[in-house]
Amino acid sequence: METQKQFEIDFGNLMAFNPHHTFPSLPSSREDLVKECLEKGTELVQAIAQKLFNLPSTEDVDGPLVKLPPPTTRLPREKPLPKPKPPTKWEVFAKARGIKNRKKDKIEYDEPSGTWKRRYGYDRANDEENIPIIEAKMTDVPGEDPFAKRRTDKKNRVEKQEKNRQQNLKQAAKVGALPSHVQLAATGLPITGTQAAPKKATKDELGNVAGLAASATASGGKFDKKLPGEKPAQHKGKYRKFLPVVEGKGLGSQEREQTEKVLNKLISKNSHEIFNVDKAVNMYNVKKEKKRKYQKDKSSPTSSKLKPKTKPYKKGSSSSKKGSSFSNKGSSYSKKGSSSSNKGASKKGKAK
Amino acid sequence: MFEVRTPRTGKARRALEKRAPKLVETGKKTLILHGTKTSGVLNAVLTEIYHMKKGSAVKFSRKNENIKPFESGGETSLEFFLNRTDCSIFVFGSHSKKRPDNLVIGRAYDHHIYDLVEIGVENFKPMESFKYDKKLAPQIGSKPLIAFIGEGFENVEELKHLKEVLLDLLRGEVIENLNLVGVDRAYVCTAISSNRVFLSHCGLRLKKSGTKVPRMELEEIGPSMDLVVRRHRLPNESLQKEAMKTTREKPKKKVKNVSKDAIEGKIGKIYMPDQKVGDVALPNIAKGVKRERREAKLKNGENKHASKKLKENST
Repeated sequence: METQKQFEIDFGNLMAFNPHHTFPSLPSSREDLVKECLEKGTELVQAIAQKLFNLPSTEDVDGPLVKLPPPTTRLPREKPLPKPKPPTKWEVFAKARGIKNRKKDKIEYDEPSGTWKRRYGYDRANDEENIPIIEAKMTDVPGEDPFAKRRTDKKNRVEKQEKNRQQNLKQAAKVGALPSHVQLAATGLPITGTQAAPKKATKDELGNVAGLAASATASGGKFDKKLPGEKPAQHKGKYRKFLPVVEGKGLGSQEREQTEKVLNKLISKNSHEIFNVDKAVNMYNVKKEKKRKYQKDKSSPTSSKLKPKTKPYKKGSSSSKKGSSFSNKGSSYSKKGSSSSNKGASKKGKAK
Repeated sequence: MFEVRTPRTGKARRALEKRAPKLVETGKKTLILHGTKTSGVLNAVLTEIYHMKKGSAVKFSRKNENIKPFESGGETSLEFFLNRTDCSIFVFGSHSKKRPDNLVIGRAYDHHIYDLVEIGVENFKPMESFKYDKKLAPQIGSKPLIAFIGEGFENVEELKHLKEVLLDLLRGEVIENLNLVGVDRAYVCTAISSNRVFLSHCGLRLKKSGTKVPRMELEEIGPSMDLVVRRHRLPNESLQKEAMKTTREKPKKKVKNVSKDAIEGKIGKIYMPDQKVGDVALPNIAKGVKRERREAKLKNGENKHASKKLKENST
């Protein structure tokens, strides 16, 4: 009994726990370790059995049955606690008025046939649909079919009941206490989980989708007739934009900056090998050769005339002011460029 | 207006009712699955856990790419599987260079991950390697005894957590009545060091001791392994509070045909089916029929049993 007091026993789970045992020094071999563990385990198992076999048991065909107490170790639940069902509108009303349910007999006296019949269902007692002759009353409206009225009345009553039922289910769904077998299709509520209901598409999103769909014609929806309230076709994606290549005041420099940025990136990447001696020597040699060739060509004047000469734009731009003096003030960049190139050509001619 | 959807068959309705939240829960189902890569050891561990938990476990055999329980976003497909199979404990095996023979045991609340423990499996010995009397082999689904040994389970936070998870995994169904003949297995968990637990599955041999209580003897039937705790994630506190809720009230079972009266006390109604006198089967009167046949034979003059008859006459 002394040893049992040391153990913590959760009898509902048939679990025993010895919180005092420590290994003074781990056994060297695996077999010894396992043996010691099993020895200690046997003690605990014996402690559980001590209690288990002393419980009052009832004999059964298969063996003695023992009633276990509920577990004491607190373990988390699997699912949240079921919520109580909210009262229906009728139940609320009945409680306020103090109306109580009372049992009715299953069978009832059927007056037309003079027999006892079931209260509800097929072949029921006092079925108003089975009455073949409806006697006219003073209050009857002429031209109204009493049989048709009876039928529509019944239909309306059934519809009203269905509406009430759905309203009550909706109310229950709001609290989260819907019966497990019922699913509301409109909200698509999961059975047990707490997932959010899928969102409805907004008017704006629908409009966008319609715009996209409209653009699926050969003209991209450009010449289609629009319905009243329809949005213009949406253009998805970017328009490509090119910056002007020729330098000017605003955008031209932007283009230059852009390319410079890219070049800088590329050059800085290989900056550690920026000076290649072999390449430099090669280049120097090639340049020297070219110069010599050029001078050789210059000595013969006929060949130089045929060669097209290109001049860098910078020189041209410096003389563009002169060119603009006789052209319009609001001339475009391209015009200026062309004029400057002309100027350059003429200048060259002068130099000759 | 909206549509109310209800199951069309009784079977479907019962299946849904089974999955619905209950006032008193009796047990959790276990989902066993693995990641993209597993080792031979891990495969064996997962199958044997499945064998030990047969009846309340589901095992997946395909690779699962997107499951990384400890990472955010890595639990979505796991939670989906838990929802589908209606399991709330999972055992996920994965094998990598960084974490070889990795086992993640976790629990779920409301189909969302509740807590996680990651352990490495070492010194694994499968069931087949143990030799024992086959009479000791436990039955499927029998309630095990569980023994936890060692200070570590109380002092070290990780082991304390592991103990709770292991208890939840191994304890089986929560029951009210236990058949003492069915006590045939035990799990022994020993904290060897601050992060290592030795787990062994044993059979029980009940020996006579002269008293009402038999002497218990443990015999290893496997598997046995060392669990090395790696990472663990405790549950969110607010979630824990919600998950620990219990009710005092027990679910009331509807008692039919019994009512209470102020004067007469408890009244029971008994229904007897109508006695159908016309259809009552009469006792077999084969003897009389036999005699008739014999007489008929005599009349026809063919007396095969003539000698017998003669004898009767003579006496």
